[in-house]
Amino acid sequence: MQEIRTPWSIKRELLTKSEDETDPNYGYRPEERPYPDIIRFGIINLDKPPGPSSHEVTAWVKRVLGVEHAGHGGTLELSAQRGLVGKDIPK
Amino acid sequence: MTGVLPVALEEATKVIQALLRAGKEYVGVMKLHGDVSEERIKEVFSEFQGKIYQRPPLRASVKRVIRVRTIYYLDALEIEGRNILFRVGCEAGTYIRKLIYDMGRVFGCGAHMHELRRIRAGPFTEDESIVTLHDVLYLYNRWRETGDIRMLRKFILPMERALDLMPKIFIRDSAVDAICHGAHLTAPGITHIESGINPKDLVAIFTLKGEAVALGTALASTEEILKATHGIMVKTERVLMPRGTYPKLWK
Repeated sequence: MQEIRTPWSIKRELLTKSEDETDPNYGYRPEERPYPDIIRFGIINLDKPPGPSSHEVTAWVKRVLGVEHAGHGGTLELSAQRGLVGKDIPK
Repeated sequence: MTGVLPVALEEATKVIQALLRAGKEYVGVMKLHGDVSEERIKEVFSEFQGKIYQRPPLRASVKRVIRVRTIYYLDALEIEGRNILFRVGCEAGTYIRKLIYDMGRVFGCGAHMHELRRIRAGPFTEDESIVTLHDVLYLYNRWRETGDIRMLRKFILPMERALDLMPKIFIRDSAVDAICHGAHLTAPGITHIESGINPKDLVAIFTLKGEAVALGTALASTEEILKATHGIMVKTERVLMPRGTYPKLWK
């Protein structure tokens, strides 16, 4: 069986069409965004614990950070032993 | 199930659609309901690589019609009696529990998924950026107490990270605000472009500072776009940057 290329192994090259400069008076380099933009344009690489659903975890993040909107990318379904694990979302 | 669950905040929730379409990787434990030789296990694991047909499970949130999904790889890492530790890389929308169940039917004895952990969702993996709920609570409180923004940066990534695997096109400042108003991207606005873009590909439009402006559909290839002097090159589908971030230099 031959190996299939995974989407995350594709390497791309950056090519120049024309040169230009960007005005430092507008926008920010993403890693230098000040507060509150750091939250407004932010994403958390969260390690979902067993127990609560993806939706419950997202709702918790929303409440703790006091944000209006939060959404998750790709639901992780509930494990069968949900009842045994119980609630392990920190208060 | 545990593992990588990217959570987007406020404006960043707009990048979620890109993540939903992205490939995933998992590690898990499969439990066989009977004895199967190691040779047969390897054989069936290899059979389930490539294109598979899958009917979404009963409690799925999508229409239950058979669909085709690509399994990039499927490895049995360890076999211990009837327990198999496996690792799989797959296309978005593959149900792993169903995959294991279907493999069980091919084995004849049946099988079920005992444990599963996601180790990749698109560009997000279990690297140094992954945080637990406790980390989030601790670092957020540290920021509240000290006002040190580095505490927020320790657990909140720029939304651009979600677009790491998408082909990118960079545009000049003067083209940004028009895109934010929904205009399509024309050739003169483009400064840099990544290789390998084909017509109809979903691409991400970036500023020269590296900020995400919008997602769009390429109407031409990388080579064609490099040569073009006029005309629409990318059809804007989803604007990510608020209007007015860059000056309005268009009429």
